[in-house]
Amino acid sequence: MSTFVLVLATGIGLGALYFLVASGLSLIYGLMHVLNFAHGVFLTLGAFIGWEAAQRMGASGWVAFAASILIGGIVGTVFATLTELALIRPLYERHIEQVLVTVGLAFASVALFEGIWGSDPLYISGPAWLDETTSLLGARIPNVYFVLMIAATLLLASLIVFLRYTRFGMIIRAGVENRAMVTALGIDVKKSFTLVFAIGGSAAGVGGVLAAHYTGYVSAHLGQGLLIFAFIVTVIGGLGSLAGAAIASVLVAVLQQFANYYLSGTGDLIVVVALAVVLLARPRGLLGRRPA
Amino acid sequence: MTELTRRYGVAVGGIALVTLMALLPLLNISLPGILPTPTYQPGALAMLSLAMVFAALALSYNMLLGTGGMLSFGHALYFGAGAYGLGIILENLGVPLWPGIVLALVGGLAISLVTGAISMRVTGIPFAMVTLAFAQAGSVLVRRNSSVTGGEEGLALETDHVPDWLVGVANTRNLYWATLAVLVVVYLVAVWVDRSRLGHLARASRENELRMRVLGLEPTRAKLVLFVLAALAASLSGIAYMLLQSGTVPRAVSADLTITVLVMVVLGGVGYRWGAILGGVLYTVLDQRLTVLAGSDAIAGLPSILRVPLSEPLFLLGTMFILVVLFLPGGIAGTAHTWLDGRRRGRSHDQLSDLEADSEENRTPVETRQS
Repeated sequence: MSTFVLVLATGIGLGALYFLVASGLSLIYGLMHVLNFAHGVFLTLGAFIGWEAAQRMGASGWVAFAASILIGGIVGTVFATLTELALIRPLYERHIEQVLVTVGLAFASVALFEGIWGSDPLYISGPAWLDETTSLLGARIPNVYFVLMIAATLLLASLIVFLRYTRFGMIIRAGVENRAMVTALGIDVKKSFTLVFAIGGSAAGVGGVLAAHYTGYVSAHLGQGLLIFAFIVTVIGGLGSLAGAAIASVLVAVLQQFANYYLSGTGDLIVVVALAVVLLARPRGLLGRRPA
Repeated sequence: MTELTRRYGVAVGGIALVTLMALLPLLNISLPGILPTPTYQPGALAMLSLAMVFAALALSYNMLLGTGGMLSFGHALYFGAGAYGLGIILENLGVPLWPGIVLALVGGLAISLVTGAISMRVTGIPFAMVTLAFAQAGSVLVRRNSSVTGGEEGLALETDHVPDWLVGVANTRNLYWATLAVLVVVYLVAVWVDRSRLGHLARASRENELRMRVLGLEPTRAKLVLFVLAALAASLSGIAYMLLQSGTVPRAVSADLTITVLVMVVLGGVGYRWGAILGGVLYTVLDQRLTVLAGSDAIAGLPSILRVPLSEPLFLLGTMFILVVLFLPGGIAGTAHTWLDGRRRGRSHDQLSDLEADSEENRTPVETRQS
């Protein structure tokens, strides 16, 4: 029983991490139909700069931890915003080329990160509490999983509030629904393009710092490794659907952890099989909208 | 008539080029800065062979992206299937090389048929993501099952059953000719695909799949055949890679390699066969030369703000790729065609924008399937 709870909790924690990446991807795809291959490097850069910041402030304190999360988020936001303005915007409406440009950015950035921080993983340390465990129903669950769950829940809640109750949120929702119509009404949708990139980037940057605490190290490939699972999550959840991404994140990660534990480490494969099954049974994903 | 003369000219030029390439190992040509040694020595031949392997792989990818309009992020899976397939078969089944190659190709065929059929449930960007996921699964399988694949260490070629004339540095010449043969075969397949009914159908459905369906044609089947053919060509390149390098590493099935191939094809020019070949060769040469440059004293002496980026070849290639996508949408071949031939103005631009029209329209077939 306690093992079951432990595996379930690690699954939900990992799902929370997936959601931090997948939420941005899903929003960007929903509004702009851009598959953002560079999303992983937003995360990696957030993790690296967050790590640098924490190092300078004394890595084991709570203040350093909070600062690294804040800085990671800011770095992700700035990087993503600049990417949208400099690379995505000039290729307006040319979706394949936009994807290619993000591929190139990811390619170049990973190489640059290796040049700056080296190709070996940098081991990190945070507040001691993160490495301790809390007993829940007899299972000893590492505290970092709770931090991940809280972060993802906060993100989901604030995204829902933002999308429901603010003017920009309304424009984004309307843009996902029918962008031509929003443009025809005289609303500058381009601003919301930059905005979704900024939101996605900040979630990825925060996710980067947390992912580094989750895995215990930062490396130049941290983000791109997670990105593949985030892609799978967004396809299974239904492209462009935030709720779908949230549900699929948890489902996929829990499935993955259970397969890793009970089926001798086959989690990654099971996830791909799950993707194939979803595509065969329901090509638009769990909550994807029926094409109009 | 002019079209016929042009084709004739292209064929003659192609044969002349292949003859020249075939004669290179017998000549003493030095290209300092590009080739590490004169052309008759193993160093230069090995590098040219690798360039041709990647040119063949890029050509196979161009069949998918250029002809079929399918943006796949999992093409490395089939390259790896060829390389690892041959390695595993030679090590475990004890068959001679030629049946081994056939078996490896059959393996590539089976994998591409299954993964292709599933991936084609979706089109456009979701298709790209799904192919990526399959390649990732392949990559995980290779890394995990180290008893069969050698894991991170890679798999060395079992040479007991490989003919002697294909083994060892002394026989680099023969390997070079074998690779040239592979490139020619893949090129001829690409030409055939582009001129056949299959290619016409694939191109037409790239433009407007719904219209093809209304005409009673089966674009999905044509695209699957194209996908499998491209995968087979990639497997063949993988087999050549395995023989050439006497082994393979997990990178041969990684998403990294797919992206590398994508970079080659886009640099060269999507939709142009010679562009793909040029892209493959250019990438290989640049990668090798930039690595040498990165280790040179001139770079080591620079301040770190210049030294760090300049000592990362992939950073420079990635940046170049971004610049090409932003400013030369047709790649090298597309831009050259636009300049050389005013009558075809705009074509270079069309290749990629066609794909976009495609990604928009591709949503329609999904509807028709579901309603």
